Amino acid sequence: MADTGVMGRAERGAFLEPVLTNNPIGVQVLGICSALAVTTRLDKALVMGLGVIVVTAFANLAVSLVRNYTPNNVRIIMQLAIIASLVIMVDQFLKAYLFEISLELSVFVGRILTNCIVMGRAEGYAMQNPPWISFLDGLGNGLGYTLVLLATALVRELLGAGKIFGLTLLPLVTDGGWYLPNGLMLLAPSAMFIIALLVWALRTWKPELQEKD
Amino acid sequence: MQINSTRYTIVFIVVLCVACSLIVAASAVSLRDRQEMNQKLFRQKNVLLAAGLVKPGEKLSDREVMEIFDRNITTRLAVLETGFLLPEDRLDPKTYDQRRARNDPALSRAAPPNAAQVMRVPNYGTVYQVVKDGTIDQVVIPVEGVAMWGTVYGFLAVDKDGTTVRGLTFYDQKETPGLGGEIGNPKWQALWQGRKAFDENWNPKLTVIKGPAGTPADDPHRIDGLSGATITSNGVSRLMAFWLSREGFGPYLRKLREGQG
Repeated sequence: MADTGVMGRAERGAFLEPVLTNNPIGVQVLGICSALAVTTRLDKALVMGLGVIVVTAFANLAVSLVRNYTPNNVRIIMQLAIIASLVIMVDQFLKAYLFEISLELSVFVGRILTNCIVMGRAEGYAMQNPPWISFLDGLGNGLGYTLVLLATALVRELLGAGKIFGLTLLPLVTDGGWYLPNGLMLLAPSAMFIIALLVWALRTWKPELQEKD
Repeated sequence: MQINSTRYTIVFIVVLCVACSLIVAASAVSLRDRQEMNQKLFRQKNVLLAAGLVKPGEKLSDREVMEIFDRNITTRLAVLETGFLLPEDRLDPKTYDQRRARNDPALSRAAPPNAAQVMRVPNYGTVYQVVKDGTIDQVVIPVEGVAMWGTVYGFLAVDKDGTTVRGLTFYDQKETPGLGGEIGNPKWQALWQGRKAFDENWNPKLTVIKGPAGTPADDPHRIDGLSGATITSNGVSRLMAFWLSREGFGPYLRKLREGQG
């Protein structure tokens, strides 16, 4: 197996590692703020996740392409300009094709700009690596973020509203069913508990992730 | 040129910024038509929501919304000052944009000082007549006013008697989620149904109060306040008072209850 290439070991590592063993939320603990806000419903979490995947991947690609031409003292400004442009494009796209979701998400889509994952990967990875592998790293990190978002949203939507992707699974008492929803699940603090449990589970499964005191 | 020299840095940043702005501008321009279409559809859907022709949470395709709208709604323009309907050949109600007209000096005038902080009033207001069996059943009028964080935009549906509220929606608002943002909650909006917009002397009298209000039959002019959102609640009261008054749709609603709407 070739060590480098279009999809060699290094590339696969860049893509797969952030999904689980180096998950941006679970291990790097980046991007927590938006994970608390957009995980009340699965459809919102999915759209937000896709937005972050697109932005991180293409931001990494673009940053990596110009990295060798960038004066060192304006590199953060360069990253910001690229990420901001991508975020505006994602926002415009949502407004054109997923209008009603964009109404609820537009506040958070704007905040992708300040999502630590995007800046973190651009500065920490794409500035040192060639374009293709940076692109894969961005995809992987976006995907890792999306997976955690979806897992959290699954628990919150199911226990908080008795639904999955808007389809009723547990009929609510208020609608004549039997399930009394847990209101806490619809509030931001519940996501903190769920994500903390996820981080715990991940570190129990892979003990090498635990920091030494 | 040295990569860290001042001149190179400036050239680099200028090139980068121009490239980024070209990309952003291209995406904004190419998607604008679709976005405006979406906004128009969303407004139409909210007119239907206010009129009760679409239920909150109902999933409808764009085409279904347009079809229900076209089947039930006749869009007309009312001369706000007199309350008379504008002949349709004067100005096309379907392309008329009240929010844009308000900023056009030829189509609007400065509003008298008012508590709703409405700065300009359009000369013509869009009215959505809900027609049932050939006669007007109710009308939906646009309302707007300053609340806590900015202007809130909504639709109020009024019965053909010119005073009974049939429904209300707010479709564009930036109030605090969970507090003032609850004006977007269909459950709160449902509390407005059956209230009376005017008192016995035909003065506007809808108020959002602090605490709970009675049933529409016992307590026809008051609506439950929103906890933790006094400024938003007051803003809604004030904008209702303004748009139901002589400056707003008052004259038109009078014509409506006299059977000339």
